[in-house]
Amino acid sequence: MTGSAAERQAAGTPLLEVLDVRKSYGDRLVLDDVSLSVQPHDVICLIGSSGSGKSTLLRCLDLLEEIDDGVIRLDGREISDPLVDQREVRGRIGMVFQAYNLFPHLSVLDNCTLAPRRVHGLSRPEAEERARDLLATFGLVDHVDKHPDRLSGGQQQRVALVRALCTRPDLLLLDEITAALDPELVGEVLTIVRDLAERGTTMILATHEMSFAREVATSVCFLSEGRILEQGPPAEIFSEPREERTRQFLRRVLPPSG
Amino acid sequence: MSAWTPSPRELERRALRQRLRLRSIAIATVASLAFFVAVGAALVTSPGWPTVRATFFSVEDAKASFPAIRDGFWLNVKLFLLAEPLILVVALGLALARQARAAWLTPLRVLAVAYIDFFRGVPTILLVLLLAFGMPALGLQGVPNGLFFWALMALVISYSAYVAEVFRAGIESIHPSQLASADALGLSRAQAMRFVIVPQAVRRVVPPLLNDFISLTKDTALVSSVALFDAVFSARDYTAYNFNFTPYVVVSLFFVVLTVPMARGTDHLQRRAMRRERAGAL
Repeated sequence: MTGSAAERQAAGTPLLEVLDVRKSYGDRLVLDDVSLSVQPHDVICLIGSSGSGKSTLLRCLDLLEEIDDGVIRLDGREISDPLVDQREVRGRIGMVFQAYNLFPHLSVLDNCTLAPRRVHGLSRPEAEERARDLLATFGLVDHVDKHPDRLSGGQQQRVALVRALCTRPDLLLLDEITAALDPELVGEVLTIVRDLAERGTTMILATHEMSFAREVATSVCFLSEGRILEQGPPAEIFSEPREERTRQFLRRVLPPSG
Repeated sequence: MSAWTPSPRELERRALRQRLRLRSIAIATVASLAFFVAVGAALVTSPGWPTVRATFFSVEDAKASFPAIRDGFWLNVKLFLLAEPLILVVALGLALARQARAAWLTPLRVLAVAYIDFFRGVPTILLVLLLAFGMPALGLQGVPNGLFFWALMALVISYSAYVAEVFRAGIESIHPSQLASADALGLSRAQAMRFVIVPQAVRRVVPPLLNDFISLTKDTALVSSVALFDAVFSARDYTAYNFNFTPYVVVSLFFVVLTVPMARGTDHLQRRAMRRERAGAL
């Protein structure tokens, strides 16, 4: 992963390039000319109120939704082309959902080895070794053989992260992965994401955790009504936002002291 | 929103998607035609075909046997239409009795379990023979004594045991959190069942229920074994005199024509319910 990333950087192409993407559900316009460029090792945080289009953007990037206009490029190749093999693209992108979406009928280990074995052609021992390593790194070594429903929310979400990481994706999409968790469990999940960021994982995450975004993001995008209203390094967005609406939003979500 | 015009790239993509769609329609058409023409040709040119056609697909025999079969089929339809609502009611009652947790309802629960275990185990045709020939012989007071009534009862008894288990599976598939929220709102156990659990359970078991009902339409043919003049009996009657099996094919078509629209209709209802409930869900 790091090797190919270095080549990319040398070539100067962004890992992911989003150009004027538009998406509507019926009459409701959810994404309106969204453009975004993601370099390898970037951690992009999408912030904004619910319904601002954060999740839809992530789902469009993973080709789970068909866009109405615009272009999405991965490594310079257009993946919004109808001729592109969507499964191949998704094999390079990992996604974690707000509601974990683990498979309840499979054990933690089987959840994590399913895609590596069936999609990426790893043998069972290889896949299991990789999964066990990652599970151990993230403090889940005692839960390998349990079924997801026996775990706490925080543990389930960590498993979901491991499941996404087991395929060694070039890009990780995290869709409000702490929104369904108790406040005390949020920390354990964010610690992992912070680790990943430090290790140079390229990530785009929709989040409501502002202090976390300020800490790990290389770039923060504020979405409002389907548009990226403003984008910049966290220090800039959180301290001196340009737009009035960004300021209003931050006033509502940040503690008064911040 | 009205100001937006698709970009050239988007128009290009739409054209491409359209081309891909047309291509798959073309492939589907060509593949289907080639397949069915080949199979049809192989069938018709095979050496035994004239005999097969004369024995099973004779137009004259189909015409001659049609009126009797049609009249007989009305009996199957009547049986089905009467049996279906009865089965639904009895089966739901059985499933609920089996799920009852109140101490004083224990005898009911035991009875339900015994009933389901017993009648699911007995072949339906045995029940038909037993009830339709046996019960009228008892000369019971206050109940109809006809063959038709007892054949109907046999079907209801047998199928309600099956369908009760379908309902039970549905009830048990509803997540316990639903019962917990009903409890938390102060609903009684019966109210929770009536307003929360059963409505969800029923929706979930529509496909297996339909499966059982298609099975039931076909099993109405079992009454031909007690000499009720249904479609099958009429066909057998004709075949016995004319040594031609076309009437059986005609009866088959009657049953298929009855069940296929049922299946499509339920699919449609199911899809509509799903769209409504999962609207906006990820």
